[in-house]
Amino acid sequence: MKHSGNRAFLSGNAAIARGAWEAGVRFAAAYPGTPSTEILEFCGTYAEIDAQWAVNEKTAMETVIGACYGGARSICAQKHVGLNVAADPFFTVAYTGVNAALVIVSADDPGMHSSQNEQDNRFYSMMAKIPMFEPSNSQEAKDMTIAAVKLSEEFDTPVMVRTTTRISHSEGIVSLGEREKAPEREFVKDMAKYCVLPHNARRLHGKVEERQKKIAELGCKSPFNRIEEGDKSIGIIASGISYCHAREVFPNASYLKLGLTYPFPAELIKKFAASVEKLIVIEENDPFLETEVRALGISCIGKDRLPICGELNPDIIHESLKELVNLPMPATTPKATVDIPVRPPVLCPGCPHRGVFYTLRKLNCTVTGDIGCYSLGAFAPHNAMHTIVCMGASITNALGIEKAMKEKIHGKLVAVLGESTFMHSGITGLIDTVYNKGRHVTMILDNSITAMTGHQENPASGKTLKGEPTKVLDFAAMCRACGISNVHTVDPFDLKLLESTLKEALNDSEPSVIITRRPCFLLKNYKPRVRLVSINRAKCVKCGMCWKLGCPAIEVSPEDGKTVINSALCVHCGLCAAVCRPGAITQAKEEA
Amino acid sequence: MTTNILLCGVGGQGTLLASNLLAECAMEAGFDVKKSEIHGMAQRGGSVVSHVRFGERICSPIIRKGECDILLAFEELEALRWTEYLKPGGLVITNAQNILPMSVSAGNAVYPKNITQILAGMSVQTIAVDAIGKARELGNQKCLNVVLLGVLARRIKEVKPEIWPEMIKKMLPPKLQELNLKAFTTGWNLA
Repeated sequence: MKHSGNRAFLSGNAAIARGAWEAGVRFAAAYPGTPSTEILEFCGTYAEIDAQWAVNEKTAMETVIGACYGGARSICAQKHVGLNVAADPFFTVAYTGVNAALVIVSADDPGMHSSQNEQDNRFYSMMAKIPMFEPSNSQEAKDMTIAAVKLSEEFDTPVMVRTTTRISHSEGIVSLGEREKAPEREFVKDMAKYCVLPHNARRLHGKVEERQKKIAELGCKSPFNRIEEGDKSIGIIASGISYCHAREVFPNASYLKLGLTYPFPAELIKKFAASVEKLIVIEENDPFLETEVRALGISCIGKDRLPICGELNPDIIHESLKELVNLPMPATTPKATVDIPVRPPVLCPGCPHRGVFYTLRKLNCTVTGDIGCYSLGAFAPHNAMHTIVCMGASITNALGIEKAMKEKIHGKLVAVLGESTFMHSGITGLIDTVYNKGRHVTMILDNSITAMTGHQENPASGKTLKGEPTKVLDFAAMCRACGISNVHTVDPFDLKLLESTLKEALNDSEPSVIITRRPCFLLKNYKPRVRLVSINRAKCVKCGMCWKLGCPAIEVSPEDGKTVINSALCVHCGLCAAVCRPGAITQAKEEA
Repeated sequence: MTTNILLCGVGGQGTLLASNLLAECAMEAGFDVKKSEIHGMAQRGGSVVSHVRFGERICSPIIRKGECDILLAFEELEALRWTEYLKPGGLVITNAQNILPMSVSAGNAVYPKNITQILAGMSVQTIAVDAIGKARELGNQKCLNVVLLGVLARRIKEVKPEIWPEMIKKMLPPKLQELNLKAFTTGWNLA
C-alpha cells in the first residue's frame, strides 16, 4: 500500500480494508468479484487480519457470521450479485445479531462495467433490515467502515457498507489512523439468540423492529447525515458517488448529504425538505431515496427526469436537469468524423480457452455458458456460448434445455464453466444432472486460477489468499464421486485430442465431464516451454482458418489480405500452426 | 483551478502505473487529487481510460466532456476515441503506436489513417511522440508508460520537476528504478 506520512492515496476498496484494520477487524472472507475483489486482497496485506478466499459468497458470509459469533470483528465483501448467493444467511444474521462486529460490503456495478445486471443492493438493506452506510469517496469508505464496526456492536446488528464501482475503484486522499484494540470476546452458548427456531425468531424479529427505530433516530443526528446549507432555492438529497457528481453541477445549492442512508432518517429529510424551495433527489439506478421521500408526502424531482439505467455522471445530471442549472454545458471538442472501431476485451494471446471455443464452434455445439474470462467465448469470431445467466448456471441450464428438447438436442449440448465457477456453484448442478438423468457434456476449463478478477487463489490452485500452501482439490475424483462415469482430462492445446474426446463425450448416453487443463498464460511463475511460431506468407492462401481463433496476434494484411503474425503480441502458443491447412504457419520442433 | 488529465490506451500498456504516478505526484505537490478507472472485464486488450483530477478541492472523480486539459493517449485510435472530453484548444499527447482491435485485424473494420492529421484539424494542440520507439531503444518496451509520463510531466507546471523522479524511486521496486528514471528523462526531453 502506498503511504506518505499519515496520508495515503487509496481506492475505495483499499480504504475499506484500511478501515477494517484500524477498527480492529481480525477476520475477513470473500469470493472474488469485480468491483469488490481488492477489499480482501488489501485485508490480506495486514498481518493482523486473517483473510481468506471462500468457495462462494454464501460460504464466505456464513464463515464471517461464525467468526463474529466467535468473538472476532469480521468483514465480508462481495459484488452486488454475490449478495444474491449469500442472501440466505444475510437475512437471518439480521435476526441473530452479532457478538463481535460484522460488516458486510456490497459493491454494486451501475453501468455494468463487469456484471450481468444492474441490481440496486440498497434494497437488500431495507429488505433484510440491516443498517447501511454509503460512502462517497475513499476517506468516507474508511471512516464509515470504522463507524460500521462501532454501530454493529452498539446495536448488536450486522451493518452493510454499500459502494459502487466508482467508489470502489476511484482513488482519493485518505488520512490514516492507528489500529484499535478490540475487546476480547468469545462464543457464548445462547440458544435464544443464535438458534433461529420459530419461537426464537418471532421474538428476534420484534427486537429487529425496535432496533430499526433507534438507528433511524441516530441517523438524524449522525455526522454522516448532514445538511450543507447553500442557496435555498434548490435542495438536493444525495448519497454515494451521486453526491460528488451533483456538487459539480450544482456547486451552490443546499444539500442533505446522506451517509447512514438506511434506516431512513425521516425527521431529517422532513426538516431539510421544509427549508428549501425545490427538492431534487439525485441517485443512481432505482428511486430508493426518492420513494421514501415521496412516502413522507414530500414532492420532489427525481426519476421523472434522471435515468434509471446506467451510471450517473455530471454531464448526465446537467443534461437531465438543465433548466435548473445556472451554468452552461461545457463546450467540447467535436468527435472525429471517421468511424472509430470499437475495442472490446478479447481472450489473451496464449489463452488456454481459445482452443475450446474453436472446437465447440467447429462441432456446431449448443453451449450453455457461465461467468469468467471464458464468457468472451460468446463474442465473434467464436460465437460459441449461447447462454450466460449467473455463476454456476451453465450445467443446470443445460439440464433444463435437454429436459425441454430431449432427443432434438442430444449429442449437441455442452455446458462450459471454469474451475473456480465449478467449485462456486457448479458442483450442485452436476449432481442434479446425474441424479435427474441428464446426458449433456460438461466442460470444466481449469486454468489453475480465478483469472477474470485478476488472479485469485482458489481450492484448485494449492495456495490460500495469504500464499500458504494448502490441499489441492482433485476435480476428476470429485466428478466421479458425483456419479460421472466418464471423466476425461485433456490439454486444450491438443486440438485433435480435444475434438475426438468431445465427439466421444457427445455420443455418450450418460452425462460426461471433460476437464481441459492448462494454466492461464498470464500466471506468475508459469514458464511454459516455447517453440517458436513463424509464417511463410508465400504459402498463405487466405483460407481464414487462423482468423477463426480470434487471436489478437493474428492480423489480416490490408495490402494482400494474407495473414500477418504480430510479433509483439504473439506468445508462440502454436494454435494457429495447428489449424493452418496449407502449412504456412509452422511451429519449431525444438524449444527456443 | 482544477487540472483534468485523461489517460487512455489499450489494456496491458501500463496506463495504470502512469496514472498512479501522476496522481501521487500531484498529491505530493499539495493538491487534492482523485482518480477513476474501470478494472475487470476490460483488463486485457480492451480500451482503458483513467481520469485524474487535481486542484484545491475535487468532488467528482470523473472528468466532464469538454473539461479535459490534457489527453495522454498511449495509442492513436484511443486518442481519437476520447477527443470529446478535451476542452477546445486542449492538448493531446499521442504515442505513435497502432494496436489493431480484433474487428480490424479480422478485416471487418478499418483502422483510420493519418490520425495525427485528423487531430491537428480539430482545434486542439497536438504532440505526437514515438514513445514506443524510445522505450524499445531503452531496451524494454514496457517502460513506454513512463516515457509518456515524462512527456506529460513537462507540460504540468503545477508540479515541481524534482517531484517526478523522487516518486518513481519511491513507488517502483529497486530493480526497475534505473530503467524508469531513464525512461522519464527521455520523455521529458521529447516534449
